[in-house]
Amino acid sequence: MTKTILSFIILLITSLFSHAQTINVCETCPVSTLKKAITQAKDFDTIRVKKGTYKEHSILVDKSLTIIGENYPIIDGELKGEIITITADHVTVDGLFIINVGTSYTEDYAAIRIKKSKHFLIQNLVLEKLFFGIYLEKSSYGRVYHNKIIGDAKEEYNSGNGIQLWYSNHIEIEHNYVEHVRDGIYLEFSDDCLIKNNVSAENIRYGLHFMFSNNDEYCDNTFENNGAGVAVMFSKKIKMYNNTFKENWGTASYGMLLKEINDAKIIGNTFENNTIGINIEGSNRIIYQHNNFKNNGWAIKIKGACYTNTFIENNFLYNSFDIAYNSNVNDNLFDKNYWSNYTGYDLDKDGNGDVPYRPVKLFSYIVNRTPETIILLRSMFIDIIDFSEKVSPVFTPDNLLDNKPQMKKITW
Amino acid sequence: MRSRWSYVYFGFYLLLGIVLLFLNNDLSKAVITLMNVIIVLVPLIGTIFGVMYYYNSKEFTELLLAQPLKRSSIFLGQYLGVAISLSMSLVLGLGIPFVFYGLFQSSAIWDFSLLLITGTFLTLIFTALAFNIALSNENKIKGFGYAILLWLFLAVIYDGLFLMTLIMFEDYPLDKVSLIGTMLNPIDLSRTLILLKLDISALLGYTGAVFKQFFGTSFGIIVSFVTLTLWVVLPVLRIMFKSKKKDF
Repeated sequence: MTKTILSFIILLITSLFSHAQTINVCETCPVSTLKKAITQAKDFDTIRVKKGTYKEHSILVDKSLTIIGENYPIIDGELKGEIITITADHVTVDGLFIINVGTSYTEDYAAIRIKKSKHFLIQNLVLEKLFFGIYLEKSSYGRVYHNKIIGDAKEEYNSGNGIQLWYSNHIEIEHNYVEHVRDGIYLEFSDDCLIKNNVSAENIRYGLHFMFSNNDEYCDNTFENNGAGVAVMFSKKIKMYNNTFKENWGTASYGMLLKEINDAKIIGNTFENNTIGINIEGSNRIIYQHNNFKNNGWAIKIKGACYTNTFIENNFLYNSFDIAYNSNVNDNLFDKNYWSNYTGYDLDKDGNGDVPYRPVKLFSYIVNRTPETIILLRSMFIDIIDFSEKVSPVFTPDNLLDNKPQMKKITW
Repeated sequence: MRSRWSYVYFGFYLLLGIVLLFLNNDLSKAVITLMNVIIVLVPLIGTIFGVMYYYNSKEFTELLLAQPLKRSSIFLGQYLGVAISLSMSLVLGLGIPFVFYGLFQSSAIWDFSLLLITGTFLTLIFTALAFNIALSNENKIKGFGYAILLWLFLAVIYDGLFLMTLIMFEDYPLDKVSLIGTMLNPIDLSRTLILLKLDISALLGYTGAVFKQFFGTSFGIIVSFVTLTLWVVLPVLRIMFKSKKKDF
């Protein structure tokens, strides 16, 4: 009995305080624009946008509202500028179809910009014909979930990024699909973010681009066929798990570029059909484990100033070059990897090859020095010198070898 | 003699094609592997068969020379006999398994036909060169030696010298030089033609871009096929010229 009275009282109190009302927006309703609805609304109201086309831009959401689109209403910015700007906390935007963001060379117009806000949720949006897609600016503790961003970018200088984070921390970006923009997902000065299960494809520059962002984690994403792959630069303690990087194929493309990255973990990723699987410059103390490198031109290209990295239990399958290394000193550890080019034997049957494997071929050393020599690729002479270098290394680092090359492909 | 060996040769390619497809299950991959084989083996076999055939049939040739036949037609006939039967073995031996495997539905058909065309060219070139060597050398051992040396030079040593030049002059712009260097050697030319047709071309980076620009245009393709044709025509002309003057 007391329980029912108590719950009744709670119900009464909540209904008293949360005066949340719902405002419907449709083409024939009294409230026919989103802007009007926002001016009428109070904090914690819900705005329901019915199916239709709304020609609006510069919509400012400065109250904690929930904006829900029913059957994907179209918000058409008519190329006039930014479409939705959110400045309040606790805002939810759900199920809108936003098109025609204006292009500007002085301002980064976005389909949705979230400015200095917290605890927002942006989900189920479809963005098309955009400049910037979802732009988070000094916002935190938000979630960007299940959006579809389809741009039509053609050149780098007049296109924007799909999802951009700038000084935004603790953001979750999940299940988004981004294509044909400049950078699919771009993080700058954004820490502790989680980027999960996204697909970023066919972008002009990078599928994912990290700058000065620490402690982020990205997992289960697919980056496919981007202009230059994925770039992770000047960041610390990044975790990269179970991503797929494939078909980033072109003269200046790579699956992933690491530049000045320290203490990262790269585990369980697949690099397939890239010109360069991972291009590493000035990155230290990185753990590479359980990655698959398959059919790449170069699986890993190490370009100097890379120390104490560990490559353990990776599969290197049918790459033209497994590793390119341009220095004579090696401080990195290669151990227990499977190399499809390994020709040794295993007499004691413990699964480890008895002869150490040298992943750096002489030819890849020569190509590093004189790039023109690459035209001799697959020439018989090259096979011969590679063989002689394998027998007695002269040019490649003496200690760059895998002492326990696996005899069978590693599964985990 | 000739027919027996060309059957063996045919059988070898047939087997190679079947095994490759059986192991690979992927037409375009098989084309890459085949390229490695063709670049090395076809010239070698062309050279050896050419020399061998000439020396073996020398007595018969001398008999024929006593007949009222034109010299050039005798030697050209011999040359074409060897070269065409070798090319046929190559084309049929590789073509049959690939056709059965569904080549016509595959996108690899152009790569594959390019492979066969260059293979045929290489056969024609190296058989002609071998005939030249054999015509110029009465001594069988010497002839064989020179023939093998020729193959070794074009298949291996040339690339070595080429590599050395590229490394030595690495401070200079080298794309023109490397382009010319490739054009001069039929084996390198065929290799590059096939490589650029395959997806590998992106690996070649900047140099690749220069090459692709050249070989990708119809002008480049025409120039390279003209070069290959020249490599056939010049030795054949020399066969005709030499055979007219030679004392038997």
